Amino acid sequence: MSRWRNRNLLIGGAITLAILAIALVSLAWTPYPPTRIDIVHKLATPSAAHWFGTDPFGRDVASMLMAGARSSLSVALIAVVAGAGIGIPLGALAAARGGWVDALLMRATDLAFAFPALLTAVMITALAGPGAFNAMLAIGLFNIPVFARVTRGAALAVRERDFVMAARATGRGEWSIMARHVLPNTSAVLLVQITIQFALAIIADAGLAYVGLGTQPPFPSWGRMLNDAQTYIFRAPLLAVFPGLAITLSVLGLNLLGDGLRDALDPRLTARR
Amino acid sequence: MSGFLVRRLAGLALTLLAASLVVFLVLQVLPGDPASLMLDAQARPDTLAALRHQLGLDRPAWLRYVTWIGGLLTGDLGQSYTYSVPVAELVGERMMVTLPLAVLSIVLSTGIAIPVGVLGAARRGRPADTAAMGLSQFGMALPNFWLGILLILTFAVALPILPAGGFVGWDKGIWAGLRCLILPSLALALPQAAILSRITRSAVLETLGQDYVRTALSKGLSGQAALWRHAVPNALIPVVTVIGLQFSFLLAGTVIIENVFALPGLGRLVFQAISQRDLIVVQDLVVLLAGSVIVVNFLVDLSYRALDPRLSAQDGP
Repeated sequence: MSRWRNRNLLIGGAITLAILAIALVSLAWTPYPPTRIDIVHKLATPSAAHWFGTDPFGRDVASMLMAGARSSLSVALIAVVAGAGIGIPLGALAAARGGWVDALLMRATDLAFAFPALLTAVMITALAGPGAFNAMLAIGLFNIPVFARVTRGAALAVRERDFVMAARATGRGEWSIMARHVLPNTSAVLLVQITIQFALAIIADAGLAYVGLGTQPPFPSWGRMLNDAQTYIFRAPLLAVFPGLAITLSVLGLNLLGDGLRDALDPRLTARR
Repeated sequence: MSGFLVRRLAGLALTLLAASLVVFLVLQVLPGDPASLMLDAQARPDTLAALRHQLGLDRPAWLRYVTWIGGLLTGDLGQSYTYSVPVAELVGERMMVTLPLAVLSIVLSTGIAIPVGVLGAARRGRPADTAAMGLSQFGMALPNFWLGILLILTFAVALPILPAGGFVGWDKGIWAGLRCLILPSLALALPQAAILSRITRSAVLETLGQDYVRTALSKGLSGQAALWRHAVPNALIPVVTVIGLQFSFLLAGTVIIENVFALPGLGRLVFQAISQRDLIVVQDLVVLLAGSVIVVNFLVDLSYRALDPRLSAQDGP
């Protein structure tokens, strides 16, 4: 039981849950409407009325950060689900079939890794039109080869284990073995990979939004807030601090959660560290 | 060895060709007709036809691909539509910013990560190790563009000792140029160093537990000598692999970092070319960047053999 009480899992889980909760709460309540402009109170410093101050348009930074959590998490979630949804079956296929199918899929992933992910995401969103949906697509696309690779590697290792040999000896088909014995035993590795990709997707989403290609204004996003803040960096330096902290904290939480999950689910991996 | 090299080089050429085909095809399907994107919606049909002819779009796709590849091989990257200069000239000019930035970042990240990782492994569990690993956990979570903004806040706004952005050019002297690249390369290097130091630490921990290190210690070598002469060199393969992989992240990172610091490099050029629909420039740049990732990974693969002689022994004579 004590494996589940490791420090990384607790801290990472708590941070991730807190950010998820903030994103959900923002659906129902934010201190102010996140897009409401209030020029009279522009560039206010943090106070009881505005916990994190206001931006150059007088919008409440706390409310924008809350709404930003929602857009960041939803882009990352959909990108990772799409990448895993396509990548995991492809990896399983490569492991089960072997031969030319495997060789072809692996060469294809090699090729995909040659394209710097963020650069290509920039190209896709810029050409296909900026926006949250295309950002999800562009980020999701680069999750496919990662999940295919990890699933294939893990599945190949599990297929060598005795219980798979036993299932094969009883005459079960290759696909049924894959679905009932192999994939469930790769879930620890895949779950850890999901948290890693989720963290990377949040950074990628913020990067795209920073250069103006992600979630479009007026809907707030952490990346866009950083870009806007840079213009006012001499007058209101704090504006450039909060959105970055939000990104860093989310990524830190997910990374710790991934480390904690790995320790909890697969003690053999930890023993080697 | 030479048979191996020929096989690998053939593989490299095939991969590069496949990458160029992917870029070409994606740009064919993705945005529709480049000519109509360059002109506005009200353009007259004959203007459109003239532009299509000028860009060679009225020729079949395979012919355009072959012409493009032929040009790439001879160093002719085509003509930029918006700048009206050869793309090769544009790339050469911008490379003078991006290449030093990338090299400086790799040098900084490796120069920080290897000592920190080795030290962490040698002092496993002591306060220095715990502090370094805690810091690296934080560093891994830092988005490089935010780190860039924080560095601007600290070293350009609060303590105005370095420029907040822009590039003065190398003709003002090496130091003047380097000054503009210090903050951007730190922003790129620190998150990478965080990852690399953790990889180095666990690789060295692994080799420290090996029999040959115990043998070295038992024959009277000091702990330091066993560490640097036996454990560290044997831990280099995973470290070099990760440095190679980080090159791809670094190139993508420059696209954003050059925007943060307003540096006139390849990353900014990609942006400008995309927003002005200068598709030949986009096509050339993406294939050049992907090509350099492929070549770096090829070199990393080759370097394994220098690092681990057992690998070339497997090939046979």
